[in-house]
Amino acid sequence: MLLAEARIARRSKVGEGGAAAPAKSAQGRSLWRDAGIRFINNRAALASTIILALVVLFTLVGPFFAAWSIEKIDWSIIGNVADVGGPSIASGHYFGADEVGRDLYSRVIEGTEISLAVGILGSAVAVLIGTLYGAIAGYFGGRLDSLMMRFVDIVYSIPFLFILILMLIIFGHSFVVLFTGIGLISWLGMARVVRGQTLTLKYREFVEAAIATGVRPLPVVFRYIVPNLLGVVVVYATLLIPEIILLESFISFLGLGIQEPNTSLGALIAEGAQTMQYGELWQLAFPLAFFVVVLFSFFFIGDGLRDALDPKDR
Amino acid sequence: MIGFILRRLAIAIPTLLVLIILSFLLMHWAPGNPFYGDKKLPPEVMANIMARYGLDKPLWQQLLEYIWNIVAHFDFGPSFKYKDRTVNEIIAQGFPVTLTYGFWAFLLATSVGITMGIVAAVRQNSWADYLAVGLTIGAQVVPNFVLAPILVLVFTLGLHWLPGGGWNDGRWNYVILPVIALATTYMANIARITRLSMLEVLSSNFIRTARAKGLPGYQVVFKHALKPALLPVISYLGPVFVGMITGSVVVDMYFSTGGIGQWFVNSALSRDYSTLLGVTILLGALTIGGNLVVDVLYAWIDPKIRY
Repeated sequence: MLLAEARIARRSKVGEGGAAAPAKSAQGRSLWRDAGIRFINNRAALASTIILALVVLFTLVGPFFAAWSIEKIDWSIIGNVADVGGPSIASGHYFGADEVGRDLYSRVIEGTEISLAVGILGSAVAVLIGTLYGAIAGYFGGRLDSLMMRFVDIVYSIPFLFILILMLIIFGHSFVVLFTGIGLISWLGMARVVRGQTLTLKYREFVEAAIATGVRPLPVVFRYIVPNLLGVVVVYATLLIPEIILLESFISFLGLGIQEPNTSLGALIAEGAQTMQYGELWQLAFPLAFFVVVLFSFFFIGDGLRDALDPKDR
Repeated sequence: MIGFILRRLAIAIPTLLVLIILSFLLMHWAPGNPFYGDKKLPPEVMANIMARYGLDKPLWQQLLEYIWNIVAHFDFGPSFKYKDRTVNEIIAQGFPVTLTYGFWAFLLATSVGITMGIVAAVRQNSWADYLAVGLTIGAQVVPNFVLAPILVLVFTLGLHWLPGGGWNDGRWNYVILPVIALATTYMANIARITRLSMLEVLSSNFIRTARAKGLPGYQVVFKHALKPALLPVISYLGPVFVGMITGSVVVDMYFSTGGIGQWFVNSALSRDYSTLLGVTILLGALTIGGNLVVDVLYAWIDPKIRY
């Protein structure tokens, strides 16, 4: 993250590396390269990245192999889904069919796509607002800081999940409302983290040097503070994605989130949970498997990134 | 200490007000109104209905009256949907249910979680430790709305041991599955936090001293290490409380227990705005109040926190 710390880390690496290392250390390694090496050495994180990439690839390529499109209803199995709607290569329903004869393979692909999109976009909104808010509050300090952070404190302690559900009921179950609502909730934590980090950054020599050479306050924030926050922001954003996916799934599970004909993993799990009593277990198993795999991957990647980027834990 | 409590109240009360005003305005801006049915009502009838529910007054007056009725009489007004019931009656019916399984879930999560954490830390790298760590990782990705169907699948559809839904006035076999579904995530997290902080405390100097002077192991753990190790757990109780309130919505929906969460979702789906508003405010007040209590408790145990 910071040059001095990176240099120390590099030096200690050289020490451990033994004979082969000194020759390599002649050419400097950038901070991000350093972090990249640490990340790759973390096996769980690396495996999770590969698995997640495979899942994303599957959602992109999968539709080309689908025998049934997402809208098409298989009339031949309706009313008898429990017996003939199971996963099979022959019928073209690789993951089985749902209660009304739609192909679960296509539905799971769409659900995964939407869940991932909600998570990533929601996290992006949170990053954008949270970083700016936190950096400005932290850098300018004083009364502005306490005012801005007191506002965060108050909003933070409002049980926003209920407000989000109210918003969805009142303004309709659209993606826009869902994204805005989730973004509105999740930037708060980001703002706190960024502010804390900004407080430690703003008295560093390079910031003082910038101020001394006459850079104006806002450019200092954007050109000197924000780029140095990137590490923390990346880690926090990665860990935010699964939380948002969980949040969206929770709302969709209650039937208050994404509405038919669209679907998300949470909505599919809700459906599966209802039909499993007829023995249609695949309707729960496939969405659940994707859900668990995606969440696990993000948590491990986030952990790996934290180990690689967070200066505190080194 | 009193100063700290007052300062916390100074945040909690405006928060609650913001919550009430925000939800009230959201309801007001909702398109349409709850009385439009299939039949179009004559304007006089509509005017009568509006007057009956006080919706003909100016907005600020409605808001002030609403807040005043809650503060002074704890009265959330009539339900828009069930013509002969008040929101208070609905809350009185659902709340005891939520409270019952919420209480047991809280008890289960804290007692079993802390015990597991201590055992895992004291016997580090034993099978008990691996079990605790495995459980905490699993609980991260198996939230209550995933756990509930799995529990029903195993214990109701598979083994036929327990009923998969309903409340039946809180008979023990109806309470078990909701409690487990609600408690497991938090139990696992409490176990993880306890284990980590216990490991840290056990490696500190005063514990080494206690061992060096020959105290038996259980005394070292329970008399010396336990109290400082529990501090992070207490600070986590706030999120547990909040999470259990939101979790109760899932449990109520999935198990049809008839608690307050079921009313929340049903009134949301049927656009019964007054019930939705009342339940939102009640759940919100519980969340804010729970956080307040945990904060005060924490400050009482650890004086360093009273800034």
